[in-house]
Amino acid sequence: MRETGIAVVGGGPAGLCAAITASRLGAQVCLIDDNDRLGGQLIKQTHKFFGDKSHYCGTRGIDIASILFQELESTSTRVIPGTSVVGLYPGHVLGLADRSRFSKLACKSLIVATGAAENNLLFPGNDLPGVYGAGAVQTLMNVHGVRPGRRVLMVGSGNIGLIVSYQLVQAEIQVAAVVEALPNISGYHVHAAKLARLGVPILTSHTIKTALGHESVTGAVICKVDKNFGPVPRTERQLKLDTICLAVGLTPLAEILWQAGCQMAYVPELGGHVAWHDEKMQTNQKGIYVAGDVSGIEEASTAMLEGRVAGAHAFEQLRGSNTQSRRIIEQARTELRAIRQGPFSRRVVCGKNKLVEMAGK
Amino acid sequence: MPKKTFSRNQNRITEHPILEFERKKRIRFFFQGRPLYGYEGETIAAALVANGIRVFRHTEKLNRPRGFFCAVGKCSSCLMQVDGQPNTMVCIEPLRPGVRVEPQQGRGKLP
Repeated sequence: MRETGIAVVGGGPAGLCAAITASRLGAQVCLIDDNDRLGGQLIKQTHKFFGDKSHYCGTRGIDIASILFQELESTSTRVIPGTSVVGLYPGHVLGLADRSRFSKLACKSLIVATGAAENNLLFPGNDLPGVYGAGAVQTLMNVHGVRPGRRVLMVGSGNIGLIVSYQLVQAEIQVAAVVEALPNISGYHVHAAKLARLGVPILTSHTIKTALGHESVTGAVICKVDKNFGPVPRTERQLKLDTICLAVGLTPLAEILWQAGCQMAYVPELGGHVAWHDEKMQTNQKGIYVAGDVSGIEEASTAMLEGRVAGAHAFEQLRGSNTQSRRIIEQARTELRAIRQGPFSRRVVCGKNKLVEMAGK
Repeated sequence: MPKKTFSRNQNRITEHPILEFERKKRIRFFFQGRPLYGYEGETIAAALVANGIRVFRHTEKLNRPRGFFCAVGKCSSCLMQVDGQPNTMVCIEPLRPGVRVEPQQGRGKLP
C-alpha cells in the first residue's frame, strides 16, 4: 500500500495552497483530485479578484491557478489527478478510484478540501436539457470555449450569478434577465453595476416558475414573489430563451468527513452540513483538517488562506512547529481576519462563530 | 428522435475579450453513427454541445430527456453509451478519435 505523510483531497484553491504550504515546510504530501486538471473552479474564473486586503487582488482566477501550479511544481508534492477518493478506512487509509482501478493510500494526516456542489432549484422542467448549473456554464464557456446557448435566464443574483451573467455577455450570449427571489441583489454592487451598464435587467423579488420545452428548453415563465417567496398572481411573464442557468448557492461536499465520523453541524450561513473545526482547521478527529468551501461556503481568497492554515498545522502536528510554520499561520490568520471584516462576510463569520460556540459545550 | 441537420460546431466561441482558446488537434468522432468534429483536450459533452446536441439520454421511467448539467461528474445527468459502454459520464470523459457516442435509453445496454 502506498503511504504519505499528508494526503490532501481536492486540488482547488484550498487544496493547492494546503499542499504547497505543507510541502514547502518539509512534509511528504500527496494531492488527489478527481479531475484530470487541477485548479478546481479557478480554471474557469476569468474575473479579477478584489478586496485590497487579499493577496491576489486584481488577479484573474485563471492566472492565480497558473501561479499556484508553478508553486506546486517547485515542491515535491505527488499529484494524483483523475482519481476520486471513494472511501476512508480506519487508520487514515483512503480508497482511491481512477477510471480503471481501485487502490489504497495510507496517510498520517488528512486535509479535506473537496469544495462544494451546486444547489438545484425546484420548478417544473428543471430537468430539461438546457438547464445548467452556473459552474457548468463557466466550464463550457471559459474552459472549452463553447456556448451553452444563445439566450439565457440567470436564476440568482449572488456573486456567481452576476459574474457568470457578465461572462455570458462577454461570450456574445444574450442574458434575458437575472431573477432574484430576495428583494435586493445579493452579490457585490460592482458586479451588478457592470451588468446594469450592459442593459441586463436584474429583477429582484422575481423567480422562475416553469421551464418550457419538450426535448430541451425553449422558454421560461417568471413571476414576482411576495415577502414569503410565494408567487404573486397575474405577474407571470413568458420569456423566449434556450438556456436557464442556476446560481442558487452551493452545498459543502462533506461525504468523507461524515464517513470519518467528524462531528457535523447544520449551519445555514455556511451552506449546509459542515464539520466542526477549530482555528487550526482541525476537525474533532485528530489529524483530519478541512479548508475552503467544504468548511463553509465562502470564496476562493479565503479558501487559499484556510488552505495555508490547514497545511501548516498538519505539518506541525507531524513534525512540530518551527519559526517558519508559525509565521505562515500568523500571516494567513491576519489576512483572513482582514478579508472577513467586510459586510459580505457577516454571514460567514456568524456561521464560523456558531462552530466555535459549539466547541464550548 | 426528430431528424435534424446539424450545423457543425456552431456553438464555438471564436473571439473573446479575455480568453484565447487553443484548439489543438481536430478529432473526428461519431454521434448516432454520424461523424462530428471536436478538439483534443475537451470532453465528449463539450464537443456535443459545440455541435448543437443537447439531449444526451432519456430516463427509464418517464422517458424524460436529460442533458449536460453539472460538468464535474457529480450529477449523472449526462450518462451516455460510449463505445458501447453505458452510464459513461460524458461531462468528464475525454474526447478520443473515432469514439462512438450514442444517447442512452433508460439504464442503457451492457456491452
